[in-house]
Amino acid sequence: MSQIQLWTTVFIVLSFGVYMVIAWRSRVRETEGFYVAGHGVPTVANGAAIGADWMSAASFISMAGLIAFLGYDGSIYLMGWTGGYVLLALLLAPYLRKWGKFTVPEFVGDRYSEPVRSLAAVAAILISFTYVVGQMNGGGIVFSRFLNIDIAYGVMIAAVIIFVYAVLGGMKSITWTQVAQYTVLITAYLIPAVAVAQVMTGIPVPQVSFGQILNGLNELSAQLGLEVFTDPFTSRPMVDIFLVTMALMIGTAGLPHVIIRFYTTRTVRGSRYSAFWALFFIALLYTTAPAVGAFTKFNLLEGVNGTATDDLPAWVDNWAATGLVTVNGNADVINSVSNDPAAGADLTVNNDILVLASPEIAGLPAPIVGLVAAGGMAAAMSTAAGLLLVISSAASHDLYFRYFRKTAGDRERLMVGRIAMAAAIVVAVVAGINPPAFVAQVVAFAFGMAAASFFPAIVLGIFWKRCNAVGAGAGMAAGLVLTVGYMLYTLEVFGLQANDHVLGISPEGIGAVGAVVNVLVAVVVSKMTAPPSRYITEMVEGIRYPAKRLEPAEEGGR
Amino acid sequence: MADSQVNSPEPPGGNGWRREYWKRNIRLVTVLLVIWFAVSFGCGILFVEQLNQITVGGFPLGFWVAQQGSIYVFLLLILVYCLYMDRLDKRFGVYEYDDEAGVGTEEGGEA
Repeated sequence: MSQIQLWTTVFIVLSFGVYMVIAWRSRVRETEGFYVAGHGVPTVANGAAIGADWMSAASFISMAGLIAFLGYDGSIYLMGWTGGYVLLALLLAPYLRKWGKFTVPEFVGDRYSEPVRSLAAVAAILISFTYVVGQMNGGGIVFSRFLNIDIAYGVMIAAVIIFVYAVLGGMKSITWTQVAQYTVLITAYLIPAVAVAQVMTGIPVPQVSFGQILNGLNELSAQLGLEVFTDPFTSRPMVDIFLVTMALMIGTAGLPHVIIRFYTTRTVRGSRYSAFWALFFIALLYTTAPAVGAFTKFNLLEGVNGTATDDLPAWVDNWAATGLVTVNGNADVINSVSNDPAAGADLTVNNDILVLASPEIAGLPAPIVGLVAAGGMAAAMSTAAGLLLVISSAASHDLYFRYFRKTAGDRERLMVGRIAMAAAIVVAVVAGINPPAFVAQVVAFAFGMAAASFFPAIVLGIFWKRCNAVGAGAGMAAGLVLTVGYMLYTLEVFGLQANDHVLGISPEGIGAVGAVVNVLVAVVVSKMTAPPSRYITEMVEGIRYPAKRLEPAEEGGR
Repeated sequence: MADSQVNSPEPPGGNGWRREYWKRNIRLVTVLLVIWFAVSFGCGILFVEQLNQITVGGFPLGFWVAQQGSIYVFLLLILVYCLYMDRLDKRFGVYEYDDEAGVGTEEGGEA
């Protein structure tokens, strides 16, 4: 067993042990604990849990790698996956917490109607499922590289661990485990980043110091046939960058597994601050990621530029075993580098390995490499657990009990929730072993669907009393059909042929258009049909004010 | 919430405060969202090429806004929202005094 394998095993076993202990101590016996942790999670802890829930294998493993190869264009992920929190905090979180029940489809059902709730439940399952596949695969990559086991077994090990604590403790133990997982993943991300920044520039703050190497990186990239790092719009036109960023932002604010976290705080005020802490914890990683991308790319290019293929650094061989790094057999000296196997470059490097390989590429010691592996696992598992909870709650709480067993007691509800989660895990494992596309891309599609369905329906439901069930249902259906239809049209999936993009809009960006269509359809149809009942108008009125009115401190009512 | 709160029956037309509270809330949210859009989509995408002419600390400015600055601004926007809403809630008497301090998390599941 190599040094790296040894340390990886140590860190993974240690961190998994901690998660299990936490899960056991916070196991639950009632539905409320299972779905919303009894509305009792403190603000800062909720922020950290949201951070871990949110930052997936895509954020931890793929994002810096994508930025390394996309340069400026990688900003779509940086802005898109953080800007959505502004929308969440300002437009959704406080109101949904005031309303205060269990699931996202449930709000839609209360505000609109039962059929809309069912539509929302199906959308929630579809979105979360798309997303969970990427996590499973990300976890599998970590296991297969660092412990030399097959990706299939890696996925299964990760699934068993998630199964134990998610099924046992529901939201409550998921939340507290996620707080621990956040700690592991951020430590694992920051230590190598700070070390590399210190070694390369003498300034141990990666966010500041990567400015120092941008010029050198631009020159190296040009020499090796890559795009200039800081130049905008090299991989996508401006209109597409705009739309993808928008789709990711709206999608973030519409993802059920993120929204549901704001139900778990004690107060409306707590939900606002949760959004702040969540973005704070997320920003720690997201502002570091572009630095990691830039430094790693610089080291990588400098290490291989003009090097004979027999003389390449050790990490190339280590990673070649996973098939994620390939050296062109016809090349003697490395004169070109690419992330695209079709480009036929002398060295091809998959985006997904850059963060995991960055300590090796920078020549950092084995314990740090092991720590990064544990961090990658934490990121993948924490997100998967949150998603599985949404799938299980939508399937049991929103569908099963609405249609089959309206009178079920608490025990039965809990049992069905657990069974649904177990079933979801099994399906996720199967799909995770055989994923349709790159980890980050798979995730991007979930966003398009969330952007085109939930976000407009919920925002209209809160801010526009006149919006009715027919309008919201039609809007969601129109948004989803357009988004999914366009994705199927432009992508090679399910044996379909890929067609050209219309007006330069990529399948990742179509969600923004879907959201606009959703709003337009909802407004027009609502106006054409009868207004919602007085009861619903009162409910909307009720969620707009955080608490019952006390005598105002000043003469506030003027 | 305490039951002892002064919860006098609404005086005639006493819901005026609601309209006022909501109006202020909407105004705040609008202002913050305009800044949100201007920074991320304006500076970070639409005018990135113009801003890239300026270099600060090794970063082309537009590139910096897109990969760093916008995130800091987002964080600030949420903080401003939280603080301002606290003030608004207090002023209109809808502040939640049931505070987060010393939350017994164990009670959450058992309660």
